[in-house]
Amino acid sequence: MAKGVLVDLTKCIGCRGCQISCKGWNEMSAQKTVMAGDLTNPPRLNAHCYTHIRFQEDEKEGGPVWSFVKDQCFHCKNPACASACPVGALKKTEKGPVTYTFERCIGCRYCMLACPFYIPKYEWEKVVPWIRKCTFCSERIAADLVPACIKTCPTGTMIFGELDDMLKEGRDRITANPGKYVDHIYGEKEAGGTSWMYLSAVPFEWLGFNTRIPAKELPDLTWAYIAKIPAVIGVVLVAGAATWAITRRNQNMDKEE
Amino acid sequence: MTSHKDIKMWTPTTLVLLLIMGLGGLVIIYRLMHGLGAATNLNDRFPWGLWIGIDVLGGVAMAAGGFLIAGAVYILNWKKYKPIVRPAILNAFFGYALAATAIMFDIGVPWRVWHPVVMWQIHSIMWVVAIHVVLYTTTLATESSPMIFEKLKMEGAKKTVYAIMVPIVLFGVLLSTLHQSSLGAVYLIAPAKLSPLWYSSQLPTLFLVSAVMMGLSMVSLETILSSRAFNHKPDMAILSGLARGTLIAAVIYLTLKFIKLFKGGIGMAFDGSMEANMYLLEMAVGTIAPIVLLFMKNIRENLNSILFVDTLVIAGIILNRLNVSIFGVYRDQAATGLSYFPSWMEFVVTLAFISFSIVGFKVCAKYLRLFPETEGGH
Repeated sequence: MAKGVLVDLTKCIGCRGCQISCKGWNEMSAQKTVMAGDLTNPPRLNAHCYTHIRFQEDEKEGGPVWSFVKDQCFHCKNPACASACPVGALKKTEKGPVTYTFERCIGCRYCMLACPFYIPKYEWEKVVPWIRKCTFCSERIAADLVPACIKTCPTGTMIFGELDDMLKEGRDRITANPGKYVDHIYGEKEAGGTSWMYLSAVPFEWLGFNTRIPAKELPDLTWAYIAKIPAVIGVVLVAGAATWAITRRNQNMDKEE
Repeated sequence: MTSHKDIKMWTPTTLVLLLIMGLGGLVIIYRLMHGLGAATNLNDRFPWGLWIGIDVLGGVAMAAGGFLIAGAVYILNWKKYKPIVRPAILNAFFGYALAATAIMFDIGVPWRVWHPVVMWQIHSIMWVVAIHVVLYTTTLATESSPMIFEKLKMEGAKKTVYAIMVPIVLFGVLLSTLHQSSLGAVYLIAPAKLSPLWYSSQLPTLFLVSAVMMGLSMVSLETILSSRAFNHKPDMAILSGLARGTLIAAVIYLTLKFIKLFKGGIGMAFDGSMEANMYLLEMAVGTIAPIVLLFMKNIRENLNSILFVDTLVIAGIILNRLNVSIFGVYRDQAATGLSYFPSWMEFVVTLAFISFSIVGFKVCAKYLRLFPETEGGH
């Protein structure tokens, strides 16, 4: 069955152990630190960094509130990126991860446009570039291991298990702790539902989560067009052939007159 | 008698165009050796830029004249347009060549450009687009081939193509309808990114209708310009027919755009934001002004004013494609501080592709029988 993750942002202490273990498991090189005005480093996810902790400062009841947000691929239930890919390089696997096969990829970057979360990144500096993004540690999951970042987390911010159980756990926590969380599990409905779901003490838009993403599966939007193609083929061919036959007959009649 | 041998090849304009093409060639070599990051200003928030906006979306829209004129002549039997069927198809071929070549250098792994042909993904709009580029470019080459066979004096081959021309043209009409609309459908997947000024479930229809406007204007513009260059009188009946066609398509387009705007709240077009202003500019230049002008009969029958309206429509629809691909997604994509303005190399390559189309068209006009009907006695 499909796996899922519940991220309880109230538990994160911003240690960034997850970032380090992600780099380690994926054997990715360290990048030069960029100062960007806060402690988020690197400031944005990129082809060398699949996950990072975003340090977000907001104001609540007159005082500052610090939040630490873990960013990575959400692994949608029906991912826009996979539906967009013209060569099947991105695929949704049964156990949950959305995986990438470089050998198929042509580098058209439609996945980057399709993803509402801006997750697929590109190796812009390379001559033969890959699309890069969090793999949900698909090999580890296949071997019944917990993803590297979750394994490392010292505070239990993230819990990993069956997707349905994670959603239920999220609801239970909101019910059991009135006032602690906003009444919204981010990822339950966004883009038709994602494998990674979040609980937060402050509204999600404060945390830089995109709250304008529709609560429906995005591939349905393009399928609505593709599904009509056979009908268009039929109509154009029949109407075209009929028109040709009629105009030709009229013309022949004109000639006879 | 057979072709326009008297066309002067080495004019200063042609030399400048060749220079730009040479420079573009060098930039493409640089891009292939050092990657997209070195040659372009594209980034993780702006995966598509000028090459997709103008070369691909604009190039394909420009090519719509080919299927329209071929359909009018071979399916509707509107013989009036026969004199422009060859230039219209050739123009379409250059439009598609422009788009296909631009895609080749825009994708990260150009030598895998054939992958969609064997790795079918029927759920992917990009796959649908890719298959149509392949099929329609082949169709256009077939439709243009009689000119080449003529040149090579292969009468048998020419006769064979003409014998199957009607089904080929019908196939071309079908592919174009699907391809023009599927380019609009590409953006259906991004409801949270593309501004509601342009995002609509009607994007495929809007792309198709606006391509009809642009295609007809393109054919008209080309007919006027080449008649000047080759010193023959353009057929006013053809030109005002094309102008009427553009007018009808523009009225349909404006109606669809208005319905969309009223549904989404008309205020969004007048809130003074960058998107709203780009939207107003696009609609004023490419749709409203041409409709107002073309409604006047004396404008539809004057060579210079038709040329002016053609230019407006072409500029307006290219602006529409840029709005959908860059300006309309700008606010969302630039939200985390990354921005995009094309590099000089992106501009050079785009200009080089346009130059190639102009010079290529000129070479064909010189050596092939592009305007057989105007040669007198034929």
